[in-house]
Amino acid sequence: MDHLAQGSAPASVGNPLLNIGIFAVFVVVTLVVVFRASRTTKTASDYYAAGRSFTGAQNGIAISGDYLSAASFLGIAGAIAVTGYDGFLYSIGFLVAWLVALLLVAELLRNTGKYTMGDVLSFRMRQRPVRAAAATSTLVVSFFYLLAQMAGAGALIALLLKIPNTNVLGQGAVIAVVGILMIIYVLVGGMRGTTWVQIIKAALLLTGAAAMTLWVLALFGFSLSAILGQAVVANPVLESGGQTKELGEKLLGPGLQYGATATAKIDFISLSLALVLGTAGLPHILMRFYTVPSAKEARRSVVWAIWIIGIFYLFTLVLGYGAAALVPGGATTIANAPGKTNSAAPLLAYVLGGEVLLGFISAVAFATILAVVAGLTITASASFAHDVYANVIKHGEASPDSEVRVARITAVVIGVIAIAAGIFARNQNIAFLVALAFAVAASANLPTILYTLFWKRFNTTGALWSIYGGLASCVLLIIFSPAVSGSPTAMLRDVDFHVFPLANPGLVSIPLSFLLGVIGTYVGGRQPVDEAKFAEMEVRALTGAGSEKAVMQ
Amino acid sequence: MAHIDPSAGRPATTTIYEQVQATAEFQDLRRRLRRFVFPMSAAFLLWYLLYVLLASYAPAFMATKLAGNITVGLVIGLLQFVSTFAITAVYVRYANRHLDPRAERLRELIEGGDG
Repeated sequence: MDHLAQGSAPASVGNPLLNIGIFAVFVVVTLVVVFRASRTTKTASDYYAAGRSFTGAQNGIAISGDYLSAASFLGIAGAIAVTGYDGFLYSIGFLVAWLVALLLVAELLRNTGKYTMGDVLSFRMRQRPVRAAAATSTLVVSFFYLLAQMAGAGALIALLLKIPNTNVLGQGAVIAVVGILMIIYVLVGGMRGTTWVQIIKAALLLTGAAAMTLWVLALFGFSLSAILGQAVVANPVLESGGQTKELGEKLLGPGLQYGATATAKIDFISLSLALVLGTAGLPHILMRFYTVPSAKEARRSVVWAIWIIGIFYLFTLVLGYGAAALVPGGATTIANAPGKTNSAAPLLAYVLGGEVLLGFISAVAFATILAVVAGLTITASASFAHDVYANVIKHGEASPDSEVRVARITAVVIGVIAIAAGIFARNQNIAFLVALAFAVAASANLPTILYTLFWKRFNTTGALWSIYGGLASCVLLIIFSPAVSGSPTAMLRDVDFHVFPLANPGLVSIPLSFLLGVIGTYVGGRQPVDEAKFAEMEVRALTGAGSEKAVMQ
Repeated sequence: MAHIDPSAGRPATTTIYEQVQATAEFQDLRRRLRRFVFPMSAAFLLWYLLYVLLASYAPAFMATKLAGNITVGLVIGLLQFVSTFAITAVYVRYANRHLDPRAERLRELIEGGDG
């Protein structure tokens, strides 16, 4: 990395052996849990939906575990440390988004579907084309999200294990270990094992973040104002990448990251739209609602998730400003550390509690990546096996056993792809990649989910136009955006083929997808509405009649 | 309690779901759900949009200090947390009182009829 050469860059902190040791304890404990869970994983319902046997509270904690990825924990704390208030904006979009899931999606989806998002989208449509479309967008969203998590692994390895980014072999080996562990979790434990890993990880993450937050608050006499004041005093400027940026009082208001130009402001609005509408279209979040026995428990899951996620983001506010205030050298040190802004929380942990707390926080961060990648893999493999293999290829005639076998094979393939992509994506910006996943989810999935549930006339043509139109426009706008080429922070810095001015496509692709759903529906309007199928879906969605039940043990 | 009688003026081919969908009880449940979730969704999305626009186009206002180093922007941001928690609590209360009992009655009607 170019920043590593600078004199101000600190050496890695902490003791790599201790970091590995604490992580190893987590791995051993979770493997035991996963193997215990595997004893009751026999049927397709066990593998995909944990036998629908989790309570709302358990699932809510697991959802938080899935949602509070490395991007949330490391990315937001780091963004607040370096850009102040603008980092906080991320967390608000991520939180408010849960209301879309709570009010419009979670319960109706739980009652209508079985294992995947495709179950709901294809419920009253022609099965094969709509399932193929749903599976395509599920795989694309999961891939972007997976890329973000694996990129986070690279940044962490550089910081915590003192393996520099230039050592491709060393970092690659560690990423491979993470990927192989993840494959074991998914193959052995299925959804039940993966859910327990999420619960354990969420508990550790919350405990660690709560302890650090209380510690920082205590140092400042429990005054948020005092933390902010110290962050302002300690960071008059940010020196990074050979440029000097004025911080100081600017840390307290919006504009440092997104306020520079008129384009940047519109870009920010585009990002905000994707964040608030993306969550309820994320396949790995939607699939979690099938692990509970009823819509009421699905509602309880979301309520638990909203409280946990909201409180966690309040912690990151304190941790971000706390890191700017307390880490020697402040934002400049953080921005120039290996792992860049993602290192804010680990560096703060080191300042507060030395090697032991750093070891704990780093182990939690690794556990986060491991657990989220496992959740993504089981979702992607379920969608391929259940939607593509069982319904598109085998016309719904596949046996549940063969379906699960295909899901397991797919999980291994995705794991291998994740390892390769992780090595390739090591130096990409985590928060940005996650924002792209949200943009694709909001563009390709959410319009069709809402139309299917609430609009009677919506039909197969509308669903296909909306899914493929949203997906294609979103991905094309990303490819021709300044995020990929033609800007100093682009993925490809040597070429410039960008034609779209915004790094975030949501402002265009989300309304376009909603519009295409309407146009497609009217173009395909000669297809008569299947009254019986619509009645079945609506009555099932609202009453829970005929929905998938919990498996008794 | 609704009465389902396939022979009462409807073709025998209609499904139980179509019959339930046509009942006044179901229409009432659907109306109560939509009457809550649609206006509430519009409200929180507009409130979020207002916040995003203020952060983009009124940064000086958002950076105004209220007490110590606590700015207007920070308070409005924290109010987004408060409103999210509040809407969650209000919805759960509404669903428990007005949606769940009605949904439960209809579900028993359908599944009781199945077997």
